[in-house]
Amino acid sequence: MSESGAEPEADAGRRIASEARERVRFEEEALELADQVYRVARRMVGTREEAEELVQDTYARAFRSWRSFTPGTNMRAWLFRILTNLNTDRGRKIQRTPDSRPLEESDYYLANKLAAVEGEQALEQEQVVERLSQGGVVRALSELPHDFRDVVVLVDLGEFSYADAAQILDIPIGTVMSRLHRGRRILKQTLAEETLS
Amino acid sequence: MTAHDADCEKCEELLQGYLDRDLTAAEVVVAEGHLNGCDYCRRRYRFEEALRRYIRVSASERMPAGLLAKLAELRGPVV
Repeated sequence: MSESGAEPEADAGRRIASEARERVRFEEEALELADQVYRVARRMVGTREEAEELVQDTYARAFRSWRSFTPGTNMRAWLFRILTNLNTDRGRKIQRTPDSRPLEESDYYLANKLAAVEGEQALEQEQVVERLSQGGVVRALSELPHDFRDVVVLVDLGEFSYADAAQILDIPIGTVMSRLHRGRRILKQTLAEETLS
Repeated sequence: MTAHDADCEKCEELLQGYLDRDLTAAEVVVAEGHLNGCDYCRRRYRFEEALRRYIRVSASERMPAGLLAKLAELRGPVV
């Protein structure tokens, strides 16, 4: 019965090799998402350096805990769950309290302001938005209170569904929708104030 | 077409969800039915759509050179 010891050893070897292949596959898939992850992360924090650090911390943790990822599920959402947790841990909660400016009544606030300046017909033209500046958009996003910003950035830049955003941020889907609604209105109000005044 | 009749208000209420593709089939019918017949709302729909694209493009900043290599260094040991 000399084989009885050799057989489990071979099994163990195969298991280790197969697990290593699985891990490499995971790492490669995660690395392919790095640019997309960075683009969204960049708007969740103040500086490029912070974004780089946050993405590196996210990948370090992801590579350590790759076994908790279920193959076939949304890896980008899984990475953002880690990323937003780390971002919260970084102590950024000491930020300003939620915006208390009176909320404009209409989702069309910015559209109406632009129509008043450029005329109704201008709204039909794709390039009317260039009346705003790209820098103004970045600034307006960075000025959003962070609870609103996270949701707006995940949905509008990351193109996550409401359900994914809810899972990533660990909040109810109704909260995602209300923060998104409010966040977009604040964003448009800021854009109107900053770029059309 | 007046700018603020009840149908326009209903349309405004639905528009963000419509852009997010998060309406029920019945709501999509209501939104599209109104947008087809109302210049005021259709212009705002076009604008909101263009604004979303503009925000996405404006706010999107490519990963810095070198970051990918730093991330690759964090990978587990080669077996």
